[in-house]
Amino acid sequence: MAQDKTKVGFVYVGPVGDGGWTYEHDQGRLAVVEHFGDAVETVFVENVAEGPDSERVMTQMALDGADLIFTTSFGYMDPTINVAAKFPNVKFEHATGYKRADNVSTYSARFYEGRAVQGHIAGKMTESNIIGYIGSYPIPEVIRGINSAYIHAKKVNPDVEFKIVWAYTWFDPAKEADAAKVLIDQGADVVLQHTDSTAPQAAAQEAGNVITFGQASDMAEYAPKPRVSSIIDNWAPYYIARTQAVIDGTWESMDTWDGIGPGMVGIGEITDAVPADVKAEAIALRDAIASGEYHPFTGPLKKQDGSDWLAEGEVADDGTLAGMNFYVEGLDGEIPQ
Amino acid sequence: MIRLVKRPQPSAAWSYGAPLLAVLATILAGGLLFFFLGKNPGEAIATIFWEPLFGEFAFFYRPQLLIKGAPLVLIAIGLSLGFKAGIWNIGAEGQYIIGALCGAGVALAMYPLNVFWLFPAMVLAGALGGWAWAMIPALLKTRFGTNEILVSLMLVYVAEQFLASMSLGLMKNPEGFGFPGSRNLQQYPAAHNAEIIANTGLHWGVLAALISVIFAYVLLTRHRLGFSIRVTGDAPRAATFSGVSPKRLVIFCLGTSGALAGLAGLFEVAGPAGQVTIDFNVGYGFTAIIVAFLGRLHPVGILLAGGLMALTYIGGDIAQSQLGLPAAAIQIFQGMLLFFLLAIDVFTNYRLQIGRQEAA
Repeated sequence: MAQDKTKVGFVYVGPVGDGGWTYEHDQGRLAVVEHFGDAVETVFVENVAEGPDSERVMTQMALDGADLIFTTSFGYMDPTINVAAKFPNVKFEHATGYKRADNVSTYSARFYEGRAVQGHIAGKMTESNIIGYIGSYPIPEVIRGINSAYIHAKKVNPDVEFKIVWAYTWFDPAKEADAAKVLIDQGADVVLQHTDSTAPQAAAQEAGNVITFGQASDMAEYAPKPRVSSIIDNWAPYYIARTQAVIDGTWESMDTWDGIGPGMVGIGEITDAVPADVKAEAIALRDAIASGEYHPFTGPLKKQDGSDWLAEGEVADDGTLAGMNFYVEGLDGEIPQ
Repeated sequence: MIRLVKRPQPSAAWSYGAPLLAVLATILAGGLLFFFLGKNPGEAIATIFWEPLFGEFAFFYRPQLLIKGAPLVLIAIGLSLGFKAGIWNIGAEGQYIIGALCGAGVALAMYPLNVFWLFPAMVLAGALGGWAWAMIPALLKTRFGTNEILVSLMLVYVAEQFLASMSLGLMKNPEGFGFPGSRNLQQYPAAHNAEIIANTGLHWGVLAALISVIFAYVLLTRHRLGFSIRVTGDAPRAATFSGVSPKRLVIFCLGTSGALAGLAGLFEVAGPAGQVTIDFNVGYGFTAIIVAFLGRLHPVGILLAGGLMALTYIGGDIAQSQLGLPAAAIQIFQGMLLFFLLAIDVFTNYRLQIGRQEAA
């Protein structure tokens, strides 16, 4: 019975083969296919530009009978709200945004939890004390990641210095490789990235003696070195749960922001390029975050301008984190405006 | 032996036939590509070309064709004037961005004032912005003899940096929780480039595109300036003898194409897009180059080519979601269109000679 099938659509900002952000969303889609089998039909469109093009693609999916549509990029926010208003019976799930409606939920992951583990390893591993960071866009999510990594690198290595390059793209192998090379030329022997391609990994491999971390996806093909660990986005459990909710008729609009604990953020295998004691500490940090025993933004912390942010033992609230637009004390440079 | 021999006169038949043959060759080669990807080629081609026009949901896709096609036509018309005269504006994408920023800037500065003259002022600012951005390569060329291809192209990247800066700074929505992107002009009635008739897709940009086609047609066939443009492209030396000033032509062609690209950007940012965002530009300025050539640099041809290009975009997205075709296959399909056109175009100026060499 074709009518009984639940149809789930996915709108992707990059190609499914990007090996990062979109790849992991598509892995989530494939998990839905595997979990539900014939009960669910999935469709997707890749490389969809943000703006009117995405609005058209979403409308097309809704017209074609989709029951649930995942829109997987921040820039799809207003288009998602527009289309959702026209199709009140279709459920929408927008990743990383803040606008909701009766039939629009939002979801995101606490990637900064993974950044804390990365920062710890990076601080311990660097010999030049210079850590390079490829930022995509200066938006709260990325700034949170930089702050979290810096705080935890500084904690284990007070001499550490961060050099940040803004690539102004989520996925552009050529630009990302250039950014990585610039950072390595400036003496960075650890390169962290908030962009989705494996190009920085390749650049680090070529330079030798530089370590990196997989972003969004495990990027295990670059293990054991340069890639020593990774942050893995694991959307599968969420996608399966939300699809199930639509099938059961229990779907409700909500905001989900999950981290390592519920399994939305995974820490990829830490390779043997990392000394055993550092690895053990990193795993302990991961477990402490997962259990909720430790929060990566715990005071005392000051803002870059020296003003107080969090008092001793105080933990950052989600509202501040969601809109984070300042560096913590010690980071150089300004957030581009 | 097979040789290409230059024709004494370009062949009119080939000139008009080449786009049609190119479309046909693209359909055949594309069909083959889809076949090797394990899809039914007939179904795939039908989905791309038929579904948006006559399919079940044509009521939605037809207006979308106007929305997608209008900026392409508007920009391509401007570019075609210069291309005819051998003046190469490759940076329409940058002029599109600056036009959008100037137009949206006027609106955001006035927010939340609802006055009737706001939208006309935005249109003016959009056109001026695009014009001014195109004047940079124009003046550098006429003053210092720089290459307008390089300068206009490089300015695209400068414009993109401006766009990023504006989305993150000056034009950022103060109620946007620190996220980049401006206020949504769709929610600002005086500034919104709304549909003139609801659900038709017909916004002011579509109207502007149609008017530009008529103007370009009249200019090229009835006006002295149009004659200057054509003669400069065909025979530059003859043009100078007949009193055409090459410098003034550079200023006019780059300025007009810049203004039209700026208008396209303004209509887009105030209408379908609604917002100044970091990724606002999606390549209309570059695709319009293909549209201009596919339309033989002729205003009516450009109108048709713009429609065809919009069709492959919209149909391509439908094919992706309904048939599971990868986006890359659709892009190859679109690329083939220009490739075949350029290949077949050779026969406009050359003919194939098979056999022994004739006496010259």
